[in-house]
Amino acid sequence: MNKIHSLDRLRNFRQGIIDQRKKFAATMIICGGTGCQASRSKDVIEAIQNELASQGLTEKVHVRATGCHGFCEQGPILVIEPGNIFYCHLTPEDAQEIVSKTIQKNEIIERLQYKDPVSGNRILTEAEIPFYRAQNRLLLSMNRLVNPGDIEDYIAIGGYSALGKTLAELSPDAVIQEITAAGLRGRGGGGFPTGKKWTETRNADGDEKYVICNADEGDPGAYMDRCVLEGNPHLVIEGMMIGAWAVGAFKGYIYVRNEYPLAVKNTRIAIQQARDLGILGENIFGSSFSFDIEIARGGGAFVCGESTALMASIEGKVGEPRAKDVHTAVDGLWHKPTTLNNVETWANVPAIIHNGSAWFAAMGSKGSKGTKILALTGHIKNTGLVEVEMGTTLNSVVFDIGGGSSDGKAVKAVQTGGPSGGCLPVDKFHLPVDFDELYAAGSMIGSGGFVVMGQNTCMVDVAKYFLTFLQDESCGKCVPCRLGIDRMLEIVTDITEGRGKPEQLDLLEELGATTSETSLCGLGKTAANPALSTLRYFREEYEAHIHNKKCPAGMCQALITYQIDSETCTACGACMTACPYKAITGEKKQIPTIQLELCQKCGICRSECKFESIQVN
Amino acid sequence: MPQTTLDTILDGRRSQPHQLIEVLQDVQAQNGYISEEAMRAVSKELGVTLLEVYRVASFYKAFSLSPRGKNVITVCTGTACHVRGAKLLINQATAQIGVETGKMSADGLFTIENVNCLGACALGPVVTTNTDYHHHMSPGKMRKLIKSYQKNNKEEAANE
Repeated sequence: MNKIHSLDRLRNFRQGIIDQRKKFAATMIICGGTGCQASRSKDVIEAIQNELASQGLTEKVHVRATGCHGFCEQGPILVIEPGNIFYCHLTPEDAQEIVSKTIQKNEIIERLQYKDPVSGNRILTEAEIPFYRAQNRLLLSMNRLVNPGDIEDYIAIGGYSALGKTLAELSPDAVIQEITAAGLRGRGGGGFPTGKKWTETRNADGDEKYVICNADEGDPGAYMDRCVLEGNPHLVIEGMMIGAWAVGAFKGYIYVRNEYPLAVKNTRIAIQQARDLGILGENIFGSSFSFDIEIARGGGAFVCGESTALMASIEGKVGEPRAKDVHTAVDGLWHKPTTLNNVETWANVPAIIHNGSAWFAAMGSKGSKGTKILALTGHIKNTGLVEVEMGTTLNSVVFDIGGGSSDGKAVKAVQTGGPSGGCLPVDKFHLPVDFDELYAAGSMIGSGGFVVMGQNTCMVDVAKYFLTFLQDESCGKCVPCRLGIDRMLEIVTDITEGRGKPEQLDLLEELGATTSETSLCGLGKTAANPALSTLRYFREEYEAHIHNKKCPAGMCQALITYQIDSETCTACGACMTACPYKAITGEKKQIPTIQLELCQKCGICRSECKFESIQVN
Repeated sequence: MPQTTLDTILDGRRSQPHQLIEVLQDVQAQNGYISEEAMRAVSKELGVTLLEVYRVASFYKAFSLSPRGKNVITVCTGTACHVRGAKLLINQATAQIGVETGKMSADGLFTIENVNCLGACALGPVVTTNTDYHHHMSPGKMRKLIKSYQKNNKEEAANE
C-alpha cells in the first residue's frame, strides 16, 4: 500500500475514497458491536449482503458494518441512508423483504420499525427516536459513520486531519494550551484537568516518555469505553497521537480489557492499518514526529484501572498500586514520564483541535465541559449508551431519555459511578451530570455507569454487592483497604442476614470515613461510597432490616419466605419445573406447595411465575 | 502443553520479562488453564522467576490454575446484570449442574464462572458459553441451555 507521507496525500487519499463511493445510491448501516453481535447481527449482515448480491445491487448499495450505536437493547439495528430509516430487532430472515421492499421500492416495513415504549407509536427515522433526540452525541454519532475495520471510512469523514493540523501548525505548547482552554477533564472517573496532566509530562525531564490509553473499563455497569474503542479505534489513536506530540512521547500503549475481545480485535486491525498507511511510524506526514502504539491486554483486575497499577501491569507485573507522591506524569511507566488518559478523554481530543477550544468550552456546565457518555441500564425502559452535554439533569437522563421505570412502578434510585460512586434517590434527580456537583452529593460521575434501581432493589443489598465486589478486587497491599472493606462487608452482611444491631450503623460510618482517608489508591479511597451513600439516603431500609428483621424490597434471602398465592395460581406447574432444589411439590393441576425446609429462597420460581403468584413474606 | 504451541506463543517474546502477562493470556486461551509445567517453561524462557510467574498467574482473574470444563459458562455479575437477577442464573446453574462456581463438574463437562462485566449491560443479564453470548437470560433459559449442552454431549458420546 502507498504510504501517506504528506498532508496533501492525505487530502487526495480522502477525496479518492469519497469519489469512489459516489456510485452508491444507498448505504445500509448495520451495527456489529458486542451487543448486537450477541443478538446475531453477523448473520443479519451476511444475509443482507447475500440478498443484495442476488438482486444485483452490490454495486449500488453500500453495506457498512459499524461498531456499537449505543442502543443495544434494540439490536440488531439497521439504518438506511438516505432517509434515515431505522429498523430494529432484525433477523436474517428479514433481509429479503428489506432489500426488495425498502431498498428497491422505498416501502416501509412497519413491523421492523421501532416502537416507542412510552407512547406506543411506531417511529420512522433514527433522528425521531426519543432516546436519541435528547442526546448530544458528539462521539457516539461517529460510530455509525465508520466500519472500525476500515481506515478508509475514518479518513473519509475527515479522520487524521486534526493530527495533520497539529503537526503542520501547532507547537506542543499550543496543543496543550488548546486542551487546557477547552476545560477537558479526565473521563475515567477522576475528572483531573487533562491539560494540567499533559503539561506535567511535557515539563518532566527525559527524552523517553509514554502515553497510555486506559481501556481497562473494570467498572461493572459501564461500557462506553468498549463502545468507543471497539467502534471507532482510529479516533482514540488520533487523540493519543496528538497527545504524544504535545507531551513529547514516541510510544503509546492501549491497555484494554481482555473481556472485550472485539475491542482488542478491532484495535489491533486499526493499528495495523494505520502502520500500513504510514500514519503510525516514522516521520508522520513528513514531519519530525514518529510514533507507534502497542496493545497490552488486561488480566481482569479492577485495581488495574488505577494508573500506577495499570503501569505495573503493562510492565508484566502484579497490578499493585504505589503511592503517588510523585505523579505518574513525571514518574510513570518504567519510571519514565507518562500521560495516561481514559478512552473517552483521548477520543475528545481530535475534535477540540479541529474545532478549537472555544467550541468545546461552550458546551457543558461551569466546571465540566463538553459531553459525557453514560451507560444507562437497570430497571428502565430505554437502556443503552447515552451521550449528554455536561450539566444535563439526572431527571432528564432517567425520564426523558430513559423513559422512566421499566415495570411501571416508581424509580427508587440511580447508582452512578460504579463501585466508587454512590446511590442517589429520586429527590436528588434535579442534580446535573457534573463532576463537582455529584461528588458533593456523595456520588460521582465516575466512568459514567448509571444503573437505575426500582422498588424491588434492596439498597442494603446494593451496598453488600459493591462491598463484595471490592473485597474481591482489593489487591491487599494496604491495610485500610484490605481490612476496612472486610469489616464493612461483615457489618452489611450481618444486617442483611438479620443479625444487625443499631450501633453497627455508626461503626459503618466511622469505618467508611477511615478507609477513605487512609487507603493508598483510589479503589480504597472510594470503597465506602456505595455503603455510605445508601446509608445517607436510605437509612430507613437499613433500620427495617435491623429493627424489624424485614427486607422492604423482598430481596435479602435470610429475611424472607416464599409462599404460593392460591387465588392467582393457575397450577401451571412452571415453578415446579423451574425449582432446581425440587422444593416445590404437588399433584398435576393442583396448586403446589413450597417445602420450606428444602427451599433455598433463590427466587427462581418467583422470576419464572407468569402470574405473580409467588409471594414474599 | 505441546512444546510447539508454547514455542509459537513465545516466538519473538523470549527474554522479555514485560511480556509475561501477554504470554500467559495466550497460554490460557490455548489450553484453558495454566499448568505448572507451562509456568516453569514461561519462567525459563522469559527470564522471570517462577515465584513471580506464579504471583502474576494467581493475581489476575483471567488466569485459571486448574483445568476447566469442556464448556465454560460465564455469568456476568456486573451491576446492571446484578439488578436484573444475575444471581438467579448462578443459583440455577450451580444447582442444576451440582458444582460451585470456579470448579469443574465431576464429568468434566462444565465450569461455571462469573465475570464482573462483559460490557453488554443493556442486554442483561448476560451469559456466555465459551465464546457465544446469550442475552436477556432467565433461569428457565439457563436450564434449557445447560440441558442442550448435556444432550449434545450424550449424542457425541454415542457417535464415537
